[in-house]
Amino acid sequence: MNPVELKYNKDHEYARVEGNVVTFGITDHAQESLGDVVFVELPDEGSTVTVGKSYGTVESVKAVSDITASVSGKVVGVNTLVMDTPELLNSDPYGEGWLIKVEADDLSALDSMMSAEEYETFLAQEEH
Amino acid sequence: MVEVKRTPLYEEHTAGKAKLIDFGGWEMPVQYAGVIEEHHAVRTKAGLFDVSHMGEIDVRGKEALAFVQMLITNDASKLEDGKILYSPMCYQNGGIVDDLLVYRYNLERFFLVVNASNADKDFAWIREQAEKFEVVVENVSEQYAQLALQGPLAETILQRITKADLAQIRYYTFLHEEVDGAPCLISRTGYTGEDGFEIYVAPEYSRQLWRKILETGAAEGVQPIGLGARDTLRFEARLPLYGNELGAEITPLEAGLGIFVKLDKATFIGREVLLAQKENGVPRKLVGLEMIERGIARSHYPLQKNGQEIGFVTSGSFSPTLNKNIALGLVRTDLAVLGETLDVMIRGKAVQAKIIPSLFYKRGK
Repeated sequence: MNPVELKYNKDHEYARVEGNVVTFGITDHAQESLGDVVFVELPDEGSTVTVGKSYGTVESVKAVSDITASVSGKVVGVNTLVMDTPELLNSDPYGEGWLIKVEADDLSALDSMMSAEEYETFLAQEEH
Repeated sequence: MVEVKRTPLYEEHTAGKAKLIDFGGWEMPVQYAGVIEEHHAVRTKAGLFDVSHMGEIDVRGKEALAFVQMLITNDASKLEDGKILYSPMCYQNGGIVDDLLVYRYNLERFFLVVNASNADKDFAWIREQAEKFEVVVENVSEQYAQLALQGPLAETILQRITKADLAQIRYYTFLHEEVDGAPCLISRTGYTGEDGFEIYVAPEYSRQLWRKILETGAAEGVQPIGLGARDTLRFEARLPLYGNELGAEITPLEAGLGIFVKLDKATFIGREVLLAQKENGVPRKLVGLEMIERGIARSHYPLQKNGQEIGFVTSGSFSPTLNKNIALGLVRTDLAVLGETLDVMIRGKAVQAKIIPSLFYKRGK
């Protein structure tokens, strides 16, 4: 159920690549473990993010989680809808619950991310 | 490694697909269906909580009343048999050991209910104080499971499975009666800001009782509730939590619990310091906060005014009932004024909030 066209990291975040624009979001497993998401902090359009560094936070009723960039680049899209309606991260993490779009300086960082199949194996291992 | 403790209802939680967390050394359910859904269920219908991790301490003996009076800041002499009192319990320096419920069976027997995470510390403290009194103090925590049924429909649901006339059990009173055939102590108390009951029962009956309450209340929509919603519910009702609003470095007067500190009592532990604080004024006060800018204030985030530290957040959350981000904080007294604006430091960034009345939620009559 994790879309095959996406790349995944060990922090349960995904990257959707379209040309040199990469969309970031959190996985279904992430939203499930967080519980009700009630607040999302995202960077402004036009700002830059750095691979491996935090670009914002996702907060559930009980917990604050950093979200980290999968590539470096300029923010070209911010999902303002999830800032007003954070529950979209729970109901549709791979669709309407996306977070930001980044024009990547370099796509090579994505090579170290997992495929959907690898991510599912990783999830299964994490359970034990 | 410290062994994780489990309540007698642990298997009901795993069977119910609850998400479990460590809470003060206990493996407890943090949520079942989801914190927000559970929160609303308790506000509008009813919810069932496993609070078996709470500590219970029996105090018996000729000097039981005098001993309890020395131990707590509230006045137990006004209690009658079958009545309950809420009170802080302080150190000599006025800091809080814990907050507790005091049940009076009779003048020579009191039953104290303390926080799970403080139970061992409390018992050691209480036993030490007891040396000068003719009393026997016993930690009876393992003899009780505790279920809390909370919400506007709690009485209707519980009445179906007990002979006790629940309408006659007033707020902060208790009696002994069978519930679904199990001998119980039924107490009209709670930690949610709603009407409801706390039911103390021997561990061997607890699973059957848990299931029976969920079954008998199914039509009303009763749900099992985790610690996540327990926290948001108590927070909206300004019910303090030890480790947040209360602690060894915080006095009950600072925490806004002055009505539970009876300085006219001849003597109790911490009285001198609290009396002086009352006369000189408290250095800081507990206030309610509402975020003006986007953000959620969380426990222990610093509070600033014009770049200067003036306090800290004790509890903060999205409020499911009010649908906004609110907090409780301890703030320097001169700035603890309704309408005052201040900054919550969220990961180094100043985010504006304003002081509002701290009783965020009060149930209708």
